[in-house]
Amino acid sequence: MEENISQPIQNGIANKLKFYIAGLLIVAAIIFLIISSTKSSAQYFLTVDELAAKGSSMVNRDIRISGAVIGDSIQYDSKTLILSFDIAHVPGDNKVIEAQGGLAAVLHAAVSDPNRRTLHVVYQGVKPDLLRHEAQAIMTGHLGEDGIFYADEILLKCPTKYEEELPQQVGNQ
Amino acid sequence: MLANLGYGVLVITLLISLYGIAAAIQGARRKNTSWLDSARNAMLLTGPLVTLAVICLVVLLVNGNYEVEYVASYTSNSMPLYLKITALWGGQAGSLVFWTWLLSIFASAVTLRDWQRDREFLPWVIVVVLVTLIFFLGLIIFIENPFARLWEIPGGMIVKSMFPPSIAVLYTQTDGNGLNPLLRHPGMVLHPPMLYLGFVSFVIPFAFAIAALITGRTDDRWIRITRRWAIIAWLFLSLGIVLGSRWAYDVMGWGGYWAWDPVEISALMPWLSGTAFLHSAIIQEKRGMLKQWNMVLVILTYDLVIFGTFLTRSGMLSSVHAFAQSAIGPLFFAFIAFTFIASITLLLHRWDELKTEERMTSLFSKEALFLVNNLLFMGILVICFWGVIFPLLSELFTGQKVMVGPPYYEKATAPLFAALLLLMGIAPLAAWGHSNYKALGKSIRLPAIFVLLILIYAVIRGVKNPWALLGFGLCAFVMAVIVYEFWRGIRARQKIKGESFFKALWQLTTRNRRRYGGYIIHLGVVLMALGIIGIEMFQSETQGTIAQGEQLNLRGYTLRYDGLSIFDTTDGRNISRAVVSVYKDGKFLQELYPRRDYYYENQQQVTIPGVRSTWEDDLYVILIDWEPVSAEGATFKIFHNPLINWLWVGSIVFILGALIAAWPERDQSTVRNRVAKQNYSASEV
Repeated sequence: MEENISQPIQNGIANKLKFYIAGLLIVAAIIFLIISSTKSSAQYFLTVDELAAKGSSMVNRDIRISGAVIGDSIQYDSKTLILSFDIAHVPGDNKVIEAQGGLAAVLHAAVSDPNRRTLHVVYQGVKPDLLRHEAQAIMTGHLGEDGIFYADEILLKCPTKYEEELPQQVGNQ
Repeated sequence: MLANLGYGVLVITLLISLYGIAAAIQGARRKNTSWLDSARNAMLLTGPLVTLAVICLVVLLVNGNYEVEYVASYTSNSMPLYLKITALWGGQAGSLVFWTWLLSIFASAVTLRDWQRDREFLPWVIVVVLVTLIFFLGLIIFIENPFARLWEIPGGMIVKSMFPPSIAVLYTQTDGNGLNPLLRHPGMVLHPPMLYLGFVSFVIPFAFAIAALITGRTDDRWIRITRRWAIIAWLFLSLGIVLGSRWAYDVMGWGGYWAWDPVEISALMPWLSGTAFLHSAIIQEKRGMLKQWNMVLVILTYDLVIFGTFLTRSGMLSSVHAFAQSAIGPLFFAFIAFTFIASITLLLHRWDELKTEERMTSLFSKEALFLVNNLLFMGILVICFWGVIFPLLSELFTGQKVMVGPPYYEKATAPLFAALLLLMGIAPLAAWGHSNYKALGKSIRLPAIFVLLILIYAVIRGVKNPWALLGFGLCAFVMAVIVYEFWRGIRARQKIKGESFFKALWQLTTRNRRRYGGYIIHLGVVLMALGIIGIEMFQSETQGTIAQGEQLNLRGYTLRYDGLSIFDTTDGRNISRAVVSVYKDGKFLQELYPRRDYYYENQQQVTIPGVRSTWEDDLYVILIDWEPVSAEGATFKIFHNPLINWLWVGSIVFILGALIAAWPERDQSTVRNRVAKQNYSASEV
């Protein structure tokens, strides 16, 4: 008698267990995917000063860095498509930039200050139109052991005339 | 004046909505029908009222009333009429109005349905819809007002305000700034409205779910009422995402269709939870299981929709750290937190009532596989969400800004997408209730043979990448299963009813729209997967600077640079247009005209690729740079995108399937008549 009653209950537990194990396996797999992918593709946002401070620990890591382009340093070979230039340190925090008078002022100050820390950048590809003196370069790439930053992608921001011409205090775009 | 009228109407709508909520609660508490009818009328009014406000804004945009700041920011004299109208959703304030407008139309539409059988839901549906409406109306009226005008106060300062500051005069520009040139594309005419339609229509299933929780009518009535809403919402959301993708391919000039940008992800997340919901709703209808889970999914989808609306239009897309700069950010978070916590509290309150007697018994039953499907969709959702919030978390806890880019999403989601493909093949073959792997194994035999043949063909064609082979194999498997399912159904009808092949196909599909519509959707997904495998695994690119008459080579194609012309157009563009000839294996195919448009008024340039598109591949040519004076040398970037067209074809099949699944079922009364007739004839015999 007893066995007859406990049989279905045991079945029920075994059945539940089966589902929990299958579910846990899937959840574990998803967690594993998240952790391993995060580790392997994390990208560090750094300023020139921060990169210098971290030094060799950042070699060959995926890095996103921004700085002010120094116009005199731009060299470009249109046959081999090799572009190189120097960037000067600018603060990374928006609030700090605003406090120092906005992006244009910060960029101007950065390139005019001979004591600013600079970083040499090498990029293979077509020279972007917006690459010029006092532009903000936002780049992804990695730091080589030779201390040169090898960029894979360059994004440029210029405080354009367009924005300056806008009437003051219009909206907050 | 129109701006005042539009603004006034919105304020009135806000007041009416507040009244509607009060009346609905009063009606529910006192079980008083006249209060309830009054609430219903209030909600009915919101649609026409907001429509009036939208008409005001559109007229202002079309007329070029540049004293209104929104009009001055997003239109200009040179823009054609249709673009002036689309400027309605070109900026943040306007797109909030557009969102609100769609919601108010749905609110009105919902009041017009037949409520006879679900009267107890009515007050709570009204409350939920109107609370959402009020939130958006409040944002528009108090913070992001598209009707605000520009005023010049003594001293030459220009101020943006709805009402005139003291001793100020209206400031009217002679021309506006114009819509961002990137948005001047036919895809942009349709993409945002479709996406927003999808977003907004998910509010309705959510409203019914909450009504079910509040009233305690926790059977599957709410799901039956809203399943068509949910499918239609999902259809529009899918359409919006696909159109956006196509727009990126045509306009962005990076040769891709998806960049795992936070904004794209924010549209994908409600799609993922919505897709999971559509699948698990079937389980609730067929087997009465997963009731609690369905509630969780609907609540999640609703809040992800609000979150997505916020992300797509808040300007925080370029910088994840700009939260504090926009006044609407904290409000959105407060609203999301409020609705989420309130809904979950309600759900927990009804948790025990939502328990089911039914138990799953077999790991290989259809319901178990649907559950796995849900787990996978939620997995992808969690991966996406983690990726979006990771920079915030890492900065908060380590002080170091760390971001994850496209490789993270690709690595983490690819195995799950592959698993979903596999499920798509297995689940149709599995049975409800008790099922085991032996029976399943038997039915897989035929499709497996087909997969083998396809793989042999792929290897002969030179595909060596094991992951690509896995992908192609999975696609072949799903396709075989779908064809087999249709064939089985058609054969059965042919045998029993003696119908012709096409009649049987038609009857099969129209009699069981959701099932066979679903299969067609799956077929579309498989075709899309082909395109995605093609471009993700086999895309190649090259770039170079060449003089006139010189060539670039890529994958058997040869590209010759023939010339360049630079000219102005009447609508304020300066166009630099290159002519290149495309050859394959020495044979001339066609000329392409990659170009760069420079918009004088915006000082912005837009790259427009020259594309040769075939079933096999796309040759996608971008003009990057040129020597303007001598027109001697120009720099091109060329992408070779294999199979990409199947992504677009698959999308069309997908949408078609969704339309079939969402099409209204036969009128209930005719079905009843038919049943009655059958009974009658049966009793006669």
